[in-house]
Amino acid sequence: MSLLQARGISKRFGGVQAVSALDLDVAEGEVVGLIGPNGAGKTTAFDLLSGFLVPDAGEIRFRGVSLRGRKPHAICALGLARTFQIVRPFPRLSVLDNVLVGALGRHADAATARSRARAVVERVGLGPKAAAPAFGLTLAERKRVELARALATEPALLLLDEVMAGLNPTEIAVLVALIGDINASGVSILLIEHNMRAVMTLSRRIVVLSFGERVAEGSPAAVARHPKVIEAYLGEEYVDGAAPTR
Amino acid sequence: MRWAAGAAVALLLALPAFPSVFGSYAVTLFTLIFFYGFLGQSWNVVGGYAGQLSAGHAAFLGVGAYTAAVLSVELGVTPWIGMFAGGGLAAALGALVGYLGFRFGLRGFYFVLLTVALAEMCRIVAANTDAVGGALGYYITFTGNPRQFQFQDPRAYYYIALGLMLAATALVGWLAPRRFGVYLTAIREDERACEAAGVDTFRYKMLAMLLSAFLTGIGGTFYAFYLFSLQPNTVFGVPLSVEIIIRPIVGGAGTVLGPVVGSFILSPLAELSRHYFAQGGWHGAHLIAYGVLLIAVVLFLPDGAWPRLQRALHRRARPAA
Repeated sequence: MSLLQARGISKRFGGVQAVSALDLDVAEGEVVGLIGPNGAGKTTAFDLLSGFLVPDAGEIRFRGVSLRGRKPHAICALGLARTFQIVRPFPRLSVLDNVLVGALGRHADAATARSRARAVVERVGLGPKAAAPAFGLTLAERKRVELARALATEPALLLLDEVMAGLNPTEIAVLVALIGDINASGVSILLIEHNMRAVMTLSRRIVVLSFGERVAEGSPAAVARHPKVIEAYLGEEYVDGAAPTR
Repeated sequence: MRWAAGAAVALLLALPAFPSVFGSYAVTLFTLIFFYGFLGQSWNVVGGYAGQLSAGHAAFLGVGAYTAAVLSVELGVTPWIGMFAGGGLAAALGALVGYLGFRFGLRGFYFVLLTVALAEMCRIVAANTDAVGGALGYYITFTGNPRQFQFQDPRAYYYIALGLMLAATALVGWLAPRRFGVYLTAIREDERACEAAGVDTFRYKMLAMLLSAFLTGIGGTFYAFYLFSLQPNTVFGVPLSVEIIIRPIVGGAGTVLGPVVGSFILSPLAELSRHYFAQGGWHGAHLIAYGVLLIAVVLFLPDGAWPRLQRALHRRARPAA
């Protein structure tokens, strides 16, 4: 069954058509990768799905409910959580309190929420840093805080916007394992990622965006060979598999 | 930390006993410390915790003051009930300014200007409404009737102000670790991230504004029946809004004890400087002292005095650490 269903969503900023008549589906339990060159409209698509932007056209349904007119917090309450490409932890709150904000949406009782938040903090490996304020953390740690806060809202679908960017290979390996583990626990995932190894490892299906349009979709292997993908990333000359002759 | 907490509790227990050993000037001074501590704590909810810098809280105080005074003088309604009417009207005003500011996403300076404008509008309306005395002000005849919130003994005001400050501080202390308090601090930090984490930022900012305006409006009753005269230029004036804001900022905005600590630091300073400057014919010069102090706090104690004090107490309690 389709958990998330976007049909023909579009968004224009002045003269730029950031997202154009995009169809996107995420099935229950699935991990879908969303890739494409810089400026392809991936983050705009995330903003549309999570309610931070209102689409000019099109329809988004999540768990069978239309998201039209819903604010981001209401969409989060439905079970769709996101992270931000430029991480936004609450700088002066401790790691635990950052995650607590997410948990309080599901558990009104502060003590229950706190113990839930602590469990999530442990799960993402930030246990020793639970009491530290977020502003003093490394980038890798702040990304995990961001992930933990989204996870604490107990989502059915998690939108991850470049959680690997800026991390070293060891940190990426840890995060890939963690995301796989989150998915195994029943959370569907839609991820924007530039790290090809990570996105190929995690995704069962990959959607490729270019200039706001979906240009390809399929298994990681199929997408990697797709002429439109090669064109989008490397330019038309490379499509036949050989470097262009001068 | 334990001895510090013990000392604090001992001090609190001792405060009610002080008036019997104080002179009348000290009773007045402490009454002002408590009252401004209460007002600072009221502002702290929306300005400190939620980080929405209202610079027009005099509007709520004034509306509360005029409401209770008019109800008492014209209709004989006891201010013990009138204070809730005043708080309710102040909250309604808070709802209006909150809706305008939060629905249309006014942040930072724009929100400050909106709240200042609100207080100015209140001032102009009061100054031009003859039914409440217009620009001459509204006067309450002293009867000394406790049912009308009037007391012969200044110690009664001391105890009421102390009660207000303790009640508001207990309320804030109770709310701070709960959902409401945690959401407000998160809103102060980053509203977009809050929305993504499922926080209805508009709703919680509105609730913070309502609570803050209601408490400040309650304070209006005390103000009216402590001074027995209401001047539009004073009660709705920018200087009063500044008096309300500066204590929590100096003491530590967004902390439970910040407004109280700030009032214990600033209220005596304000009284002394007002006294000495006024003697020298320098009326209003204490505001310059405020300005200097505020700059110093922003430069050297950006989190306020209380968080610094707390850390110092921690270090002394655990010298090994």
